[in-house]
Amino acid sequence: MAQLILNHVSKDFGTGKPAVTGVSLNIREGGFLALLGPSGCGKTTVLRMIAGFEQPSDGEIFLGEWRLADVNAMVPPEKRNMAMVFQSYALWPHMSVAENVGYPLKVRGVGRAARDRKIREALEAVRLEAYADRRPADLSGGQRQRVALARCLVTDPDVVLLDEPLANLDRHLRQEMEETFREFHARSGASMIYVTHDQAEAMALATDVAVMAEGRLLQLASPQEIYARPEGRLVGGLIGQGAILHLAWPVGADRALEWPALQACFGPKPGAHLADVLVRPQDVVISDEGLDVVVETAVFEGERHALRLRLPDGQTLRAFSRRPVTVGERIRVVIRSAWRL
Amino acid sequence: MPRHAFGGSSQPRWLFPFILVSLFLLSVLPLGRLAVTGILSLIRGGGDGLLSDPALWTALWNTLTTSFFGMLVSVLLGGVFAILLTLFDIRGRGILGFLFMLPMMIPPQVTALSWIGLTGPSSTLLKAVGMAPPLGSPQPLYSLGGLALLLGVQNAPLVYLSLRAGLLALPRDGIEAARLSGASALQVMRDIILPLTLPGFAAGAAMAFVSNVGNFGIPAILGIPASIYTLTTLIYAKFASFGANTFGDISLLSGLIALLSIAGLLVEERVLSGRDYRIIGLSGRTAVFQLKAWRGASEILLWLVLVAILVMPFAALVASSLAPAYGVPLTLKTATTFAYQEVILRQAVTRTAFANSIGLSLATAFGLLLITVLMGYVVARSRRRLAAVISALADIPYALPGIVLAVACILLFAAPLPLIGVSIYGTLWILLFAYLSSFLAVSLRPIASAFRQLDPSLEEAARLAGAGFGRRMRDILGPLVAPAAGAAVILVFLIACNELTVSALLWSAGTQTLGVAIYNLDDSGSFNLASALSVLVVAMVVVMMVLLELMANRLPKGVVPWRS
Repeated sequence: MAQLILNHVSKDFGTGKPAVTGVSLNIREGGFLALLGPSGCGKTTVLRMIAGFEQPSDGEIFLGEWRLADVNAMVPPEKRNMAMVFQSYALWPHMSVAENVGYPLKVRGVGRAARDRKIREALEAVRLEAYADRRPADLSGGQRQRVALARCLVTDPDVVLLDEPLANLDRHLRQEMEETFREFHARSGASMIYVTHDQAEAMALATDVAVMAEGRLLQLASPQEIYARPEGRLVGGLIGQGAILHLAWPVGADRALEWPALQACFGPKPGAHLADVLVRPQDVVISDEGLDVVVETAVFEGERHALRLRLPDGQTLRAFSRRPVTVGERIRVVIRSAWRL
Repeated sequence: MPRHAFGGSSQPRWLFPFILVSLFLLSVLPLGRLAVTGILSLIRGGGDGLLSDPALWTALWNTLTTSFFGMLVSVLLGGVFAILLTLFDIRGRGILGFLFMLPMMIPPQVTALSWIGLTGPSSTLLKAVGMAPPLGSPQPLYSLGGLALLLGVQNAPLVYLSLRAGLLALPRDGIEAARLSGASALQVMRDIILPLTLPGFAAGAAMAFVSNVGNFGIPAILGIPASIYTLTTLIYAKFASFGANTFGDISLLSGLIALLSIAGLLVEERVLSGRDYRIIGLSGRTAVFQLKAWRGASEILLWLVLVAILVMPFAALVASSLAPAYGVPLTLKTATTFAYQEVILRQAVTRTAFANSIGLSLATAFGLLLITVLMGYVVARSRRRLAAVISALADIPYALPGIVLAVACILLFAAPLPLIGVSIYGTLWILLFAYLSSFLAVSLRPIASAFRQLDPSLEEAARLAGAGFGRRMRDILGPLVAPAAGAAVILVFLIACNELTVSALLWSAGTQTLGVAIYNLDDSGSFNLASALSVLVVAMVVVMMVLLELMANRLPKGVVPWRS
């Protein structure tokens, strides 16, 4: 096993706009990288280039010293020792669960006894031993997902790719599957690359998060880092459900500011330089002093009320409240901290 | 580690060249050869003799009139069945539809024979019930009207299918919305349904016309005895009386047929373009309109039509096959299975024909399977434009009338093969080649649509599992397209087994097929033997259609031609 290196990889399908432009990534051995971005941002294309389904139109991909792909040539997917969980799971409907899981071993010419043992282990790992002889059609969505995972486990792959694996599951199952993925990662020791458009999923699972938009890599950092210090408007909009405000940021000030230093940013200052500032709802606190705002909407979410607040200059803030508020009510809020993007 | 392989494509190097060579051999080469001979013949003035031949103009006139009036019959029959069975609450729609589709799959020479057995002074059936016209009165079907009627019956299913596809694609909520806005059933019919289904109607009519122009079996059996020639039978006659100008003449004649067909196909293409089939697929549809008091009468009408165009001719065929000799009255006492014993056990000609047809059809069906599984895969994985070119090249030999392809094969193989110096003319190999070319599209369509329906990730998962192309084909893709491949084999076998047009020009002693045998038996006056053979053929057709019907639920939409 070795680290996976993407060196300035681009992909142009000839549609006028390149799908991926100059993406460079290092995924350390045994790392868990989440590729996060809105749909159509090129993250799935990056994944398919790593798998070998697409050839880069520029740049190179290495696994350690092994040159997997460049503009002129590439190793076909069947020789890469990678595994993938597809959004549609891609289970072969004419094979039983055990046959699906064991197929990669069968292709590699592993003997019957060794194969059966590995299939059993893999199915135990995803708690599906009892379903070995069923057909994929007889399983629920979550069970199919686990069969697809078991199929990745059997061959000890160097790299495991996951293409929005939870997109087709309901919310309850997602949490359970996230747990399974974490176990799976700890157990296999493979490098994992996980494509998703759900930032909570990415944060919960990955050791590193790469944010992409419009074919470019915007930021690559640990989940904590990317949450605390997002770079630029696009990343800020994707990470955390914060509001992005245009504020007159003091020249020379830190990127993170707290109350009361923040209060100065809200006054009207004609001609001042306006910066994009991220304000997260949990940092907006209802108080007796602070900014005057009007409640635009209030939605009861069970554990709290989610509010949308309008500032005097028309910009909107998001906030949480424990007590019910009525729409149209005038309240005051304090912003505990904000981050300049 | 320099372990480089070929580029991003997942296909082995030989695959695409193999597809190109297959298409070239089976489609471009024969038709190109025909075009070259035709054009050369025109340049050398070969057309002059033909153009001054009144037989040509009579045949052209006969072809156009019979095709046109046949088309009207098809539109009437197919239209009534499609509208009643699709939009109204008729009981037994499944069986009615299935029976109505039968004439399409029954070979035209058998249709013609059965109708001859039904009408005329020597009809065994009419005699048995004492209703035969007096001896010496003419057989009414040996006429332009008879030709048109039978062509109409034969190709009515084409109109039915085309119109039905249009009717099924009707936005149902659109109809319901119109009714909620207060439109009566009649107004909905006039304002919503008719405008939306007109393309289907026109396309079906165009298809029926093309099919009529290229038909050989019906004018051969009904027309030739009365010296009524159409373009197809004129080619046959010219070929039979072989002369110096024959090759030039028949290539020009088949060029003429090809032009008429292309004109018809262009009309079809034109009216169908923009029609979106993707809205089909609403399952569990029930009838849109209730017939109420008219239901019983409509059902009786439909069944009566089926009795007239299907049951009675077939009963006449069976009666003729059981009669001891042509014209002898058939009673329970005189009925004999002599004709069946003769065709199955004794006649060398028919036994050879059985062996030839079944052998050729099996070889065609399985030979094409090898080509079309690979071709279907390439079609599904290629960019849209390339896929369209491949499909079109495969379609052309099937879309053109069989007689055109037969002439092309004659021209192509009249001389010995280059390099090896062996001539396949007059052997079974030329028939096999013509069948492969002609039915390539029949085999390709179901398989390509099965490949298109497969989620590409199923193959990608197999690639990541380490399976190379051959392995994926065998373990993953093959089993997944198997139902469609099975349907393709049955369809090709069914159509090839009943083939007459191509074989009629290409057969020689010892290589006759079932279609040719039926025609020759009738031609030589052994009407009871021809009928017995026809009954066996119809039985085979029905068995295979039922087989496909049973498979239908496991097949992609549109694979079974009589289900839409």
